[in-house]
Amino acid sequence: MMRLAQRFVAGWLLALAIAFPAAAQEQFITVASTTSTEESGLFDHLFPAFAKKSGIRVRVIAIGTGQALKIGERGDADVVFVHDRPAELAFVERGYGVDRHEVMYNDFILVGPSRDPAHIGGGKGIVAALQKIAEAKAPFVSRSDDSGTNKAELRFWQEAGIDPKAAGQGWYRDTGSGMGSTLNTSAAMDGYAICDRGTWLNFKNRQNLKIVVEGDRRLFNQYGVMLVNPSKYPHVKQELGRTFIRWLISPEGQQTIADYKINGEQLFFPNAEGERS
Amino acid sequence: LYDIADALAAAGRLVLSGDSALIGIVTLSLGVSLTAVLLASVLGLPFGAALAVLRFPGRHAAVVGVNALMGLPPVVAGLIVYLFLSRAGPLGGLGLLFTPAAMVIAQTVLVTPIVAAITRQVVEDLWREYGELYIFDGVGTPRIIASLLWLGRFSLLTAVLAGVGRAVAEVGAILIVGGNIAGVTRTMTTAITLETGRGDLGLALGLGIILVTLILLINATAHVIGAVAKRAAT
Repeated sequence: MMRLAQRFVAGWLLALAIAFPAAAQEQFITVASTTSTEESGLFDHLFPAFAKKSGIRVRVIAIGTGQALKIGERGDADVVFVHDRPAELAFVERGYGVDRHEVMYNDFILVGPSRDPAHIGGGKGIVAALQKIAEAKAPFVSRSDDSGTNKAELRFWQEAGIDPKAAGQGWYRDTGSGMGSTLNTSAAMDGYAICDRGTWLNFKNRQNLKIVVEGDRRLFNQYGVMLVNPSKYPHVKQELGRTFIRWLISPEGQQTIADYKINGEQLFFPNAEGERS
Repeated sequence: LYDIADALAAAGRLVLSGDSALIGIVTLSLGVSLTAVLLASVLGLPFGAALAVLRFPGRHAAVVGVNALMGLPPVVAGLIVYLFLSRAGPLGGLGLLFTPAAMVIAQTVLVTPIVAAITRQVVEDLWREYGELYIFDGVGTPRIIASLLWLGRFSLLTAVLAGVGRAVAEVGAILIVGGNIAGVTRTMTTAITLETGRGDLGLALGLGIILVTLILLINATAHVIGAVAKRAAT
């Protein structure tokens, strides 16, 4: 009986060793980033290239920008890689982040059902399009999760002079979830939604959704990267984190970003300014 | 309606291809959940039995409390464990957040009340039946508890299996404390969440079918072991 128990425990430990690969000797950094970059598939392309070059693995926590910054604020990540410029600058301003760099951009688009119940009829104007949606009381699905995309969406509503939370009774739906879930919801209820192009191109459950508005200069979507302040959180892997940031803004990292394509279409456009120390 | 056949095909392709990422995800899922159930059993079985046997003030409140904790939402358990393990939290120095260990802790928190509550019920019934014999023999409480647990072992298998079901199926807690990091903390359920987010519903459902099949296999194995042991015991 005793020997059986011993064998059982030994077997268990072996199983654990297999299930939890020894990560101790492996160099890695933890990066808090966004669902839009994860769901676009960029990270599966970008991080293996970085690991090959540097030997440093990147562990990504993909959540909304607001939550990613929060994780950085609590010291639970080494690097934050998000897309909400005002919030990023505030993060640095309050002493939680250092070494911030702009990395790349893509753009937001307005997607909606192909029968276009708000009669937007294409075009570039995002503000006019939102006004038409509000006028027609057509379903609009919002992230409402404090993500970069959500913050951008709220700025567009503000420019349109509409407070969707007050005026949107019955047609403005907030899902409080990631980009992909929000698109799933829009597809299911024939609603409009603001989405980043990367997630859209990689999204497979489109049903009747198509791009309604694109190309407005307001729809510009800038991504930035920064190190969590090591003087606030001494455990932050400063050196590895800085190596990662340097690589992202280096010609090689920038080229790797530019090389990521789906069906021949480029998803992110590198625009780092290089070293600014 | 999404094509179920598509999902079945996706599940079949995944299994047949022997995809190494899939194998990693499956072993991690089972490793985390079974470890959590093991820990929860070590804690929950004696605790539940003690609750059944001992008489102390506040016992009824404790029983109600444990029963209620069976309904603890995984996301709440995850959030609590997250706040403890966060660098800014009391156990931040351990650096456990976003590791499999954090997921084990969160699932142990979820599963222990289930094991304890069912154990309490099983052992209480046995205690009602045989209690007088033990008292007559003057056996000490720890030995009574051990003896009753052994006596009820076939029924207690259900308690443990209920724990396995809860642990393997939940996503709310491990998503928060694990972070769904590819190759490190990505499990079956968090992978399904991610693929749903990518709109790849076929693949998501395919993974779901594999998960359900695994749960079925675990239960079938437990059932066979239980039946064989029962026959051997009688």
